[in-house]
Amino acid sequence: MSSLTNSSLYQLTMTRFRLFLREPEAIFWIFIFPILLAVGLGIAFRNRPADVLQVAATTTQLTQALSADKGLTATTMDDASGTHALATGAILLLAEQTPNGVSYKYDDTNPDARTARLIADRAIQTTAGRREAVSTTNNLIHETGARYIDFVVPGLLGMNLMGSAIWGLGFAIVEARQKKLLKRLVASPMPRWQYLASFLLSRLAMLVVEVAAFLGFARLVFGVPFRGPLWQLLLLCVLTSLSFSALGLLVASRAKTMEAASGLMNLAMLPMWILSGVFFSASRFPAIIQPFVRALPLTAAIDALRGNMLQGLDLSQLMLPVSILLAWLIVPFLIALRIFRWR
Amino acid sequence: MTSAVLAAEKKTLGPSLLLRGLRKSFADVVAVDGLDLQVSRGECFGLLGPNGAGKTTTIEICEGLTNPDEGTVELLGLNWRSNANDLRQRVGIQLQETQFPDKLTVEETLRMFRSFFKRGLSIEESIRTAELEEKRNSRVGGLSGGQKQRLAMACALVGDPELLFLDEPTTGLDPQARRHLWDLVDELKRAGRTIILTTHYMDEAERLCDRVAIMDHGKIIALGTPQELIASVGGEHIVEFSVSGSANDDGSVDTALLLAIPGIQSHRVDAGLHQLSVSELHKAVPLIFTSLNEQGLQLSEFRTHSATLEDVFVRMTGRNLRDE
Repeated sequence: MSSLTNSSLYQLTMTRFRLFLREPEAIFWIFIFPILLAVGLGIAFRNRPADVLQVAATTTQLTQALSADKGLTATTMDDASGTHALATGAILLLAEQTPNGVSYKYDDTNPDARTARLIADRAIQTTAGRREAVSTTNNLIHETGARYIDFVVPGLLGMNLMGSAIWGLGFAIVEARQKKLLKRLVASPMPRWQYLASFLLSRLAMLVVEVAAFLGFARLVFGVPFRGPLWQLLLLCVLTSLSFSALGLLVASRAKTMEAASGLMNLAMLPMWILSGVFFSASRFPAIIQPFVRALPLTAAIDALRGNMLQGLDLSQLMLPVSILLAWLIVPFLIALRIFRWR
Repeated sequence: MTSAVLAAEKKTLGPSLLLRGLRKSFADVVAVDGLDLQVSRGECFGLLGPNGAGKTTTIEICEGLTNPDEGTVELLGLNWRSNANDLRQRVGIQLQETQFPDKLTVEETLRMFRSFFKRGLSIEESIRTAELEEKRNSRVGGLSGGQKQRLAMACALVGDPELLFLDEPTTGLDPQARRHLWDLVDELKRAGRTIILTTHYMDEAERLCDRVAIMDHGKIIALGTPQELIASVGGEHIVEFSVSGSANDDGSVDTALLLAIPGIQSHRVDAGLHQLSVSELHKAVPLIFTSLNEQGLQLSEFRTHSATLEDVFVRMTGRNLRDE
């Protein structure tokens, strides 16, 4: 047996690995769940070919005119069944022949219906002989990096780093405290800092696997771009994970029961799940709460990850989110060390 | 370390444990109330008392896990304030109700604890001492209560400690597992280790300890070898009987008549059961029979046993050890 494997830091870290790997639920939440979530969102928000809109008309003539446009499929309905179809969402627009011309029945608060109105009017006018005043052509782009999946992958990555760090540390520490194992450990000559360091070391080692699996999947299946330097991306992931580990340590520093710990963890994470822009941009929140939203570690983490992956920003351009993360690493860690309850 | 070396140290060095004026209160409860104690090297010392007597608080103060409000603690000539790191390497501790992680194996758990000590037993040796060879690769979650307790013992021993603390090592174990653990402690005693244990089983203290301190309400109320303490009750034997009166009598016993019998030291009644401490059983018992007969009482129950530490506790506090 070498002196490395006999060292207490090695043994403590290995213990963390063993306990983690022997907990199948934890493996699911940390490795499988984010991938499933990405798959689900990828399918829901996949870039479909431009939608063909369902419309109807009261006369066959109008129906033919509408069908002539590739953006529409049209059926013929009488007024009553057409109104019913509108109400149930089966069609977006009903074109009615009136003595004076054509009247469009649609819901102008529905963007798709407004689009249908524009296309339907164009189709009917064109059939009636209107000529465009200016000649136009379309030049279509489908750029990677601007899709929803590209936006949401860094968000999910940040959320996952937060969850695995806070849950991973919090539950393990509070369980050890509840089972009097912490007390037994401090009754031995174990250096206390090594116990805490073993959590960080095992977290970092698992982070590499976790991040590689998730981002590798996002790259292969969705072609999510990595525009910034990869080593900086890894560095940001490490910083994010350490910051949340410090927060997890703080949350777990006093709690005596799993119930209390679990409540505190949710309390710490809930605002970030809502406000930090995992699924939509955090800038949508009112200006008055923006300083609060920006100061949250998950907002900073996701901003930095998106900056790196989507905008290809260099670390030097990400100093604001990085400093916020550093503050969230140092302050909770120092508080946790002061108030940590070993028994 | 061999027992010969330890025996030599025992002569040349001071006590293993020295407590002076120890006091500790929690909120409004005085857990330890002015405790003085000295334990020599190589001794197996027992703190005996009912639950809540302050045994665990005392031992945790000795272990450096709780700070006393007042008083001094000296272990192996050192103290927790200035020599904590050194002491941690030299004492072995088994706490009440530690639960080791269920999903680690016996060997992994021991390997982790071994890594904290600069020197100590090999993993093989500690597994053999605790007789856990067959469970070496089993997860802790699958062990029986006795096996878990032996693992706790092995974790306390893995640093080859000079001083071993065992806090209620057999509480909650079945009789067979208790005897198994006693054998283990016997072996540690033979190897010359200093052991300090707490228990609320008087038979355990009698069986294992060279000296015993009986604690009640945070104080030591009796201190000595089990034999000395038992002798201090005044009689080596206890006679217990209960009576049912004849038809024309209320069944009360005239205590004065009994105490007049030579060899009977004392009398008390507990829930209808009369207890006499007796020094010369063979002479006293026939006289007791005669006396009860003359009082017109009929015996419904009669037994004798050698006095135990339980009887000492009862004599000193008027309560049974397990009343609490």
